Amino acid sequence: MTAAEPIVEMHDISISFPGVKALDGVDFRMFPGEVHTLMGENGAGKSTLIKALTGVYQIDSGSIVVGGQRRQFQGTGDAQEAGVATVYQEVNLCPNLTIGENVMLGREVRGRVGISWKATHRAAAAALARLGLADLDPTRPLGSLSLAVQQLVAITRGTVFEPTVLVLDEPTSSLDANEVEQLFGVIRGLRDRGVAILFVSHFLDQVYEISDRITILRNGQFQGEHLTAELDRSTLISTMIGKDLATLRSLDAQRAQREHEEGARPVVRARGLGRAGGITPTDLELQPGEVVGVAGLLGSGRTELARLLYGADRADRGTVEIDGRPVTLTSPAVGLRHGLAYSTENRRDEGIIADLSVRENIILAIQAQRGWLRPVPRKEQDRLAERYITTLNIRPADADRPIKNLSGGNQQKVLLGRWLATNPDVLILDEPTRGIDVGAKAEIQEHVLELAGEGMALVFISSELEEVVRLSERILVLKDREKIAEIENGADVTAETIVATIAGHDQNAEVVA
Amino acid sequence: MTQTYSRLRAGLGALAHKPYIWGVLGIVALLIVNVTRDPGYLQISVNPANGYLAGNLLDILRESAPIVMISVGMCLVVATSGIDLSVGSVMAVSGAVAMEFLQAASAPQSTMSAAMALLLALTVSSLLGLVNGVLVAYVRLQPFITTLITMLAGRGLAKVITGGQNTSASSDGLAWIANGRVLGFPVVVIIAIALALLIGYLVRRSALGMMIEAIGINETASRMAGIKPHGLLITVYLLSGLLAGVAGVFSTATVMTVDVSNTGYLLELDAILAVVIGGTALSGGKFSLGGAVVGALLITTLDKTVVFLGVPSAATPAFKAVVIIVICLAQSSRVRALFRDRRGPVRMKERVA
Repeated sequence: MTAAEPIVEMHDISISFPGVKALDGVDFRMFPGEVHTLMGENGAGKSTLIKALTGVYQIDSGSIVVGGQRRQFQGTGDAQEAGVATVYQEVNLCPNLTIGENVMLGREVRGRVGISWKATHRAAAAALARLGLADLDPTRPLGSLSLAVQQLVAITRGTVFEPTVLVLDEPTSSLDANEVEQLFGVIRGLRDRGVAILFVSHFLDQVYEISDRITILRNGQFQGEHLTAELDRSTLISTMIGKDLATLRSLDAQRAQREHEEGARPVVRARGLGRAGGITPTDLELQPGEVVGVAGLLGSGRTELARLLYGADRADRGTVEIDGRPVTLTSPAVGLRHGLAYSTENRRDEGIIADLSVRENIILAIQAQRGWLRPVPRKEQDRLAERYITTLNIRPADADRPIKNLSGGNQQKVLLGRWLATNPDVLILDEPTRGIDVGAKAEIQEHVLELAGEGMALVFISSELEEVVRLSERILVLKDREKIAEIENGADVTAETIVATIAGHDQNAEVVA
Repeated sequence: MTQTYSRLRAGLGALAHKPYIWGVLGIVALLIVNVTRDPGYLQISVNPANGYLAGNLLDILRESAPIVMISVGMCLVVATSGIDLSVGSVMAVSGAVAMEFLQAASAPQSTMSAAMALLLALTVSSLLGLVNGVLVAYVRLQPFITTLITMLAGRGLAKVITGGQNTSASSDGLAWIANGRVLGFPVVVIIAIALALLIGYLVRRSALGMMIEAIGINETASRMAGIKPHGLLITVYLLSGLLAGVAGVFSTATVMTVDVSNTGYLLELDAILAVVIGGTALSGGKFSLGGAVVGALLITTLDKTVVFLGVPSAATPAFKAVVIIVICLAQSSRVRALFRDRRGPVRMKERVA
């Protein structure tokens, strides 16, 4: 389809970390003027392969050829010199500098005396214009831009030295649909100018929209390279997760089967629960064995509601009854004591204890409940760790490895294990599937239904409406820190229903106003 | 025989992977330097008159007792990503309380008076630790600022207690703690070792150690997991105050005089150094009490060596600094990586040869 000579050829690449073979004989190539997507579950080796290409990691064996020359990257500088530019998942820019300064950072244009800021900004404007971003004023501070536009600036920065290869590691994970379109426009522009682009994303729709070629990895091994047009989605997914789609499909069947007695006593009843600046007073009832979804856009008050319910924040109005008894939730410790558990959306800052082992992370919540004077016996610790590593399929299956060395999806599973170990009556899951791959996602969804089947009440918060609809029996719709609807799930309820509810409420609001 | 040997080898192998291995090597190196100067440096003799063991090694152990105490406390505080600058001043307060009480006591030589003096000194020290803990845990003041305040206030308090005097007293009980012997072995060393072991046991056999590490690594996440940091923080600062109190009694009882300006002066810095040499990062998290003890021993050995070698007192701090920076460099993974790279090819050649 394009030039037959690949610009990047990685052959038989292997990289080992202590105890894990992260990459095992992987082949990967990129062609000029092509978008090549790297697919795989968390821990499949995508990031490792990217870091081998960008010089962050050094390879144990194999060869890397860029632009016809065999390369040995000792660091990121070498890779850049070879024409490989990288834009990482998190925007690594300085919000307090201007757009132009960010774009040209480290490559400022020198004048007769020091840096010529005028020329630097001119160069930045030119670089922005090349990507169709001429309307951005390079003298504006970067911090004033939305995250999406900052992402575009980061890409512009990557393209200043006219790379032949551009690596985009999950550039869309925090963007909305329009912003993704804008980003794709920029990517297509670069592609048409002959740049080879490596793209990583967990969103299948995006992958199919933008990429020309797909390479699939699983467990550090190469699973095949395909032209996107010749690879259908179900083949892709089953190759990635290494099992067929029957499990995924059976989820829907399970949902239809679930039934529980009406009028059972709610395990949690919140009345007028609210907090100034957090969420307006909201009612919520949870029955045992029920999954209640919470849908709403980012900032709609989903997390705030969950935190009030758990006791992570203190409610300043309203009441909560657990098993019919009124309780005051003043701290997470109190919430846990009453059989509540809350898995945070912010895994890194509020979830994992990075330097502690998987085992210690799993037992942490039980240990906190017992108090430090009554340690969980080592045998019991090992048993719990073993149990959740097995049932939640945590990889690598090593209880003594620090949790920071696990991939995001596996960290999430460890945290799920931590909460399950406390044997809660109510489990609140805030974005449990964000930033993790299809396989782990399906596993977590499966566990949600299983737990509900065992009588646990679950609150399921997610930005992916399809997921909420698939799992929940009732759906709370939040908007602008307010509950605007509570929908009984049924065959006729789809993600569109929720979107319409949110959108419709908007129009009503306007009418009222 | 071979079994003992292999067990010894396994033990040494485990030691080599401890973060405080460089502290141990530092102590060994200093002792070797001393031995080259005086071949009898390591000799331990028995005084035939009273059966006391004597020698430089015992002197080092005896002198290290107060620093070991405050280093253990400091290590726990640092693990919570805090710091306790007040330990030196608390030592002075503790000594002042004990000496003033004994001086005013009607029967200072009685065991009862000694016990009361000890109890009072430790209570006041613990209270100062408690104040630190409450301010850090509940008021959420920065540990550095909080303990800086108690450091300044503590020294002032010590002077108020003694009326600005360097109070002396006599008490057989306290003197026995500092200078007494059991089976020829110094009591102060026995107490220090016992307390360090007890705290190590307490911390590692209960869940205290793990929970301290958890809040040191990520306090928000620990709170979300149901850990209540307040109690832990208060426990840790209180323990640090209590141990500083013990250290204060140790160092004043040797001479039965409290020097309100100099008792414990700047020792908080020695304790911090001991903790760092022991492989505990000042950013908190994973800690090693054993390492802190090794660090404390190293610092005392260094002090002794400086005197033994006759380094002019003006140059002493600089000499100390050089030794400590060498150990910190040896610990740094970057520096080690640098040497590993250098060594690699050489080894290859050896193998070929």
